[in-house]
Amino acid sequence: MSTAATAAIESAPPTVEGVTRRLARDPTVVFGVAVFALMCVMALAAPWLTAFDPAAIDPVARNKTPGSVAVMRADDGSTREVRHWMGTDSLGRDVASRVAYGARASLIVGVSVAVLAVAIGLAIGLLTGYLRWLDGLVMRIMDGLMAIPAILLAIALVSLSSAGLAAVIVAIVVPEVPRVVRLVRSVVLSVREEPYVEAAISVGTPTLPLILRHILPNTLPPLIVQATYICATAILIEAILSFLGVGIPPETPTWGNIMAEGRTLFRVYPHNVFYPGIFLALSVLAVNLLGDGLRDTLDPRMRKRL
Amino acid sequence: MFTYIVRRLVATIPVMAIVAVMVFAMLRLTPGDPASIIAGAAATSQDVAEIRTRLGLDRPIVSQFFIWIGHLLGGDLGESFFFKRQVADLVLDRVGPTVALSTMTILWSVLIAVPLGVVAAWKQGSWVDRVVMGFSVLGFSVPVFVIGYVLIYVFAIKLSWLPVQGYQPLRDGLGGFIGHLVLPSLTLSVIYIALIARITRTSVLEVLSEDYIRTAHAKGLPNRIVLMRHALRNAAVPIVTVIGIGIALLIGGVVVTESVFSIPGLGRLTVDAVLARDYPTVQAVILLFSVVYVLLNLVVDVAYTFLDPRIRY
Repeated sequence: MSTAATAAIESAPPTVEGVTRRLARDPTVVFGVAVFALMCVMALAAPWLTAFDPAAIDPVARNKTPGSVAVMRADDGSTREVRHWMGTDSLGRDVASRVAYGARASLIVGVSVAVLAVAIGLAIGLLTGYLRWLDGLVMRIMDGLMAIPAILLAIALVSLSSAGLAAVIVAIVVPEVPRVVRLVRSVVLSVREEPYVEAAISVGTPTLPLILRHILPNTLPPLIVQATYICATAILIEAILSFLGVGIPPETPTWGNIMAEGRTLFRVYPHNVFYPGIFLALSVLAVNLLGDGLRDTLDPRMRKRL
Repeated sequence: MFTYIVRRLVATIPVMAIVAVMVFAMLRLTPGDPASIIAGAAATSQDVAEIRTRLGLDRPIVSQFFIWIGHLLGGDLGESFFFKRQVADLVLDRVGPTVALSTMTILWSVLIAVPLGVVAAWKQGSWVDRVVMGFSVLGFSVPVFVIGYVLIYVFAIKLSWLPVQGYQPLRDGLGGFIGHLVLPSLTLSVIYIALIARITRTSVLEVLSEDYIRTAHAKGLPNRIVLMRHALRNAAVPIVTVIGIGIALLIGGVVVTESVFSIPGLGRLTVDAVLARDYPTVQAVILLFSVVYVLLNLVVDVAYTFLDPRIRY
């Protein structure tokens, strides 16, 4: 293909179809999507993937090493052999089942934090970018929020209410909002000077349709990229909160909780820490790679900056 | 220059005031009643009321805030509900390990990441470049505590080269002090190295396409001089900026790393205080970390003028 033709293709307005095709050719994106999809399947199909109840405590089967065999008795009295693929923890719970169910917490937190942080940040960012009188006050509050390191803020927030999924989600959303607001605001400020926005104002377009029709679409590509990164960060912070013992209650299987439980006997039975750790690292890596791929395709200007 | 620093210092006051209001409100509007927590399970309601009066918890929330701010400015961080000690003393006890850990982490990170980034940019597209870029993606994705446990498993348990956990103060010997800090600081530096190496690579790459680099090569200067004196010097501003921004990551990482390695520092104190709903301690630690973060970034801004004489304030 000649350079002129390539240039023409690249300058053509991007269509959803074209972007998807370009993304599908990017190996990192394919890897990211594949791993993320596998995690989703694992989370949804957890009851069928595992033979054990993730919460069932079995004093006899404590601290089994990976691959050890357990005998399960069915209701009709027949017995069958089942393997603890990832061993058991110090309460005799099957680690493989807990890891599979743990994918649920990570995915729920990752996706809901991304959606909530972007939605809230978008609303605040559009308003402050457009309404000058609001800008100073809101941005000072955002500066204040950003001055507190994210994990510390999340730890402090999560201690406010009784520990639970909702509290954890809120605690991770709050530190992410200012970052979204800044991004949206910067796009709004630059778009506001564009001739077509001035034209829309001069023909008397009311504020709300102006924001929704002319400004909002410009913020979407960088926001999609940002949402992906927020999702990865949220999965990480959720695991950190659980690991520190301030997140989702310890009996709920989450990757952080499994690791927190396993750390006391880490010297002898490292598998309780390593298996959930591998899954955690893989999913965060997948989402980050997806974000990098999306950034290169949707927001090529960012590529130069980082 | 001096007026610029003063102006910037003054500009941080509103931000810090907002942080103070948020930290105060956040931890004072909580469901748990600190007075009954301190009194313990066996206390009578009279004991609880007495404690509440002593700590000023029975006064209106606004006056509680101003009492708190007044004490803060006088250097009095209040008394810990849980540890039953002055928070200022508590913080002073714990600040040493955290400072030691952070300093060693920053040292590692800069010493490893900057050369890696420069080499990756110089040999763009080579295996070195690909390894550095791959590492930087991995560094952002593998959680601090997973890295910590892998390092403990390999270097402390399997190879027995270094202690598994704990901390030894400097006054008990330099060897033990460093030995206990090697694994935690390496753990903590992974994400920082990823961040700095990536930025170094990008900004050096940008500089390498400049005319003066070609001129320097044309003069017959050796690569080392061109890279260090011409390229790195001009690429320094974004690198230093990201080191400043990365302090937030570092502080978050300190909390986790200190828990993994059982280091009695401020991060460990934060988690213990949150678990005990010890408001004065949590408030003090969060404020302290935020002040450090804001001030360090101020230092970074000032450092620009030394790194790049074209920047004048």
